[in-house]
Amino acid sequence: MTTTTQPLKPKDFASDQEVRWCPGCGDYAILKAIQKTLANLEVAPERTAFVSGIGCSSRFPYYLSTYGFHTIHGRAPAIATGLKMANPDLDVWVITGDGDGLSIGGNHMLHVLRRNVDLQILLFNNEIYGLTKGQVSPTSRVGTKSPTSPRGSIAHPLSPVAVALGAGARFVARAIDIDQKHLIEVFTAAHAHRGASFVEIFQNCPVYNDDVFHDFTDRANAPDTQLHVEHGKPLRYGKDGNRGIRLKPGALDVEAVVIGQDGITEDDILIHDQTNKTLASLLGTLKPPAFPQVLGVLYNDPIDSYEVQVAALGEARSDVSLNDLIRKTRTWTVA
Amino acid sequence: MSTTLPKTTDASGGQQAREVRESVVVRFAGDSGDGMQMTGSQFTMETALAGLDLTTFPDYPAEIRAPVGTTFGVSAFQIHFGSIDVKTAGDEVDVLVAMNPAALKVSLANLSLGGTIVADTGSFSERNLVKAGYHANPLEDDTLAPYQVIPLDITRLTMSAVEGFGLSKKEALRCRNMWALGLMLWMYDRDLTATTAWLTKKFASRETLAQSNTAALTAGHAYGETAELSGNLVGYRVKDADLPSGEYRTITGTEALVWGLVSGLRSAGVDRLVFGSYPITPASPVLHALVTMRELGVYTFQAEDEIAAICSAIGASYGGALGVTSSSGPGIALKTEAIGLAVSVELPLVILNIQRAGPSTGLPTKTEQSDLFQAVYGRNGDTPVAVLAAATSIDCFDVAREAVRLATKYMTPVILLSDGYLANAAEPWLIPDLDALEDWPARQRTDPEGFQPFDHDPETLARPWAVPGTPGLMHRIGGLEKEQGSGHISYDPANHQAMTDLRAAKIANIANDIPQQDVALGDRTGALALVGWGSTFGPINKAVEQARERGHSVSHIHLRYLNPFPANLGSLLDGFEKILVPEMNAGQLVTMLRSRYLVPAEGLNKITGQPFKISEVASAIDAALE
Repeated sequence: MTTTTQPLKPKDFASDQEVRWCPGCGDYAILKAIQKTLANLEVAPERTAFVSGIGCSSRFPYYLSTYGFHTIHGRAPAIATGLKMANPDLDVWVITGDGDGLSIGGNHMLHVLRRNVDLQILLFNNEIYGLTKGQVSPTSRVGTKSPTSPRGSIAHPLSPVAVALGAGARFVARAIDIDQKHLIEVFTAAHAHRGASFVEIFQNCPVYNDDVFHDFTDRANAPDTQLHVEHGKPLRYGKDGNRGIRLKPGALDVEAVVIGQDGITEDDILIHDQTNKTLASLLGTLKPPAFPQVLGVLYNDPIDSYEVQVAALGEARSDVSLNDLIRKTRTWTVA
Repeated sequence: MSTTLPKTTDASGGQQAREVRESVVVRFAGDSGDGMQMTGSQFTMETALAGLDLTTFPDYPAEIRAPVGTTFGVSAFQIHFGSIDVKTAGDEVDVLVAMNPAALKVSLANLSLGGTIVADTGSFSERNLVKAGYHANPLEDDTLAPYQVIPLDITRLTMSAVEGFGLSKKEALRCRNMWALGLMLWMYDRDLTATTAWLTKKFASRETLAQSNTAALTAGHAYGETAELSGNLVGYRVKDADLPSGEYRTITGTEALVWGLVSGLRSAGVDRLVFGSYPITPASPVLHALVTMRELGVYTFQAEDEIAAICSAIGASYGGALGVTSSSGPGIALKTEAIGLAVSVELPLVILNIQRAGPSTGLPTKTEQSDLFQAVYGRNGDTPVAVLAAATSIDCFDVAREAVRLATKYMTPVILLSDGYLANAAEPWLIPDLDALEDWPARQRTDPEGFQPFDHDPETLARPWAVPGTPGLMHRIGGLEKEQGSGHISYDPANHQAMTDLRAAKIANIANDIPQQDVALGDRTGALALVGWGSTFGPINKAVEQARERGHSVSHIHLRYLNPFPANLGSLLDGFEKILVPEMNAGQLVTMLRSRYLVPAEGLNKITGQPFKISEVASAIDAALE
């Protein structure tokens, strides 16, 4: 039996099951980061549950020593919502992927976010269907060749961050599978947020979509292709820290600039405000090569969670008599 | 509010003696905007308060406001009441209140020969006659010769009754239903106290409407009194039913289901009921009723779709609450995959199917019982669940409790079949002492010693209900096949065979925990058994009763348990030479009985969206006995 008297180590959050993802899969790094996060936060394993749908990422709960529920395709947000309605004190994480969470389960994703159920929702985006052997997903880029799109996919991908913001999510963040330190920071912030916390994780599928994020995950170029936002800090990046994002004069748009060039100074660089939804929306759409990929907490503006609102509608009372209530209508007595 | 009734009433008040009737069927029919359902409900309440037995049948279109005056926009409410044991809404209508030509046209087929028609002549305009498809005014030719017609200009009489309240013409016309109600209350010797109080409460925020509706009601009632004195109208008296003494209320199937669920929740000792549902006709009223029951521990969730509705209920059961979901056929179809998950992970779950006519969207407001195969067989894999069906509105209470008991005791989904007829039909209900009902506490595991998530109880074959939040019981579950005991993912062939067998045995084993099947009426052996399930109870029972009175060897067997069947059902059926299975479907139970017991059962099938008439079942009995 696990006890919580001594701080648990990351390995204490691993289950006894052998992990069965492909060698080199980004999921390994995410699992490790979660185990470290749970240990750092000193969560009680018995109060923690991981709920997943179907797909490679959804095997996740089997590898953790907490409570876990591997459900059906796309439905994890709905099942997690019911779990929280049964017991709002539980700490519940939803694990999903781009197919699970944005295709077959897209409807549930929209609604769990708008309701603001207090969950951490981790969407592993590898832009491909892995478990069914490599078909295009709703985040696959135009032209992606796959068994179902041999001449390249024709449909435009959706943006998970834009979907989440559009659905009314109050916490939206983004991270990369191989950046352990940053992943843990983002998970920690997601955990601290009361309400639905949506985290998109760029996750490499070495088998069916290898290096699809190479343009910004390549470590050599990372400083120039990644921008890690921090609330209240300027939106700066680059090897020399002299690149940044500023408002484009005369347009509701942003542009990438270099401090010291064309008269740009530090003062021109936007300051990240995580409570500004318009800014979050703009940052979420930026893509290399014209822009860096923006990572970190794009948006964090808490309001009451669903659980708080449900509780406010009233509580169960043990002193209520069914015999009284059933007579709260017209009754009559036959002598 | 409780009223004590004297055992007999004699309210003739010195007026002409009323004709005495044993039972009467009244049908209010009008446009879907005419307030016929409200009128019928209020007439029902007055009738119940007078101590009569009754059954109601609201019969309305799917369109909320169909084009005015059309036959497809007709909304009707039928009530059968009397001093006898009333079990159906009545084969034939004795008194039809027709608020327009369309209402007359669609209702005429069910009016008994010699029956009474109260028609609002004010609405029999040229235009309305054409809309109803009449080429001539039936009130003026011999169309209605076989009936007693009472033509009354209810429109004009109502307008003059509410004159002086400053209503718009539209508002004034909407009081017509109260005028008609007043007349019918007079006709059956009821007073107006309860309805007047109800109107005051209903229109509390608009005093003028309360006053004008009351004025229309009173005017209708007074019209009857006056006309009676002049000999133009006959009043009736229906004797009290010989109901067992005690406190009563009226209850519809939907209300009974809801009370059964909360009562079951208490008996199971579970704190919270989480009800995930998505609006669908005719199941939505279950959600409407449960949403008001928070203080009883009911948490409702209007989900984004049918799938989320059941999944939220599954998540809730996983979290230690009682998860319940409801829908009708098309919505149940969407929940199918999730029912399979609940079977696989062995969690308690109650699924209410308020059946309606199918296939596809079918006839949403019409009744049918064609989802039996769907309930028993309709899933991928070998995926058994317990299936129960309610026979009457009141029976919904006991069946809902039983569904909770079986779901929590056996860690299984239970499908409860009701239907659109039962959902809306009201009956007087002798209120049971809800504190005195049997408890059967559900067991949630807390002891970590030797815990294995898929270690099944040797008696019930249920796995432990181990709820997140419990120290030392952390485990993982999912829809992949599990190793017996540990619950780890297993592709072992022998394990899959064993787990499939176990899931089947668990449900089959419930047969040992339910009552033996008895006859609802008649002897346990004989020439003919009528075997029914669900809302066909009333017409089957009455038809069998009548056949027995004629000296026939006929019995009625009515099944509450459709999966598993009661253990003795096969031997009970063997005691009859012939078996007839009346169903509002193309032959589902009959197929199951033939396949399971190899008996030569025959079907009596009606798929019209309407309940069986007693006479239809009676004819089939006669034919079977020839």
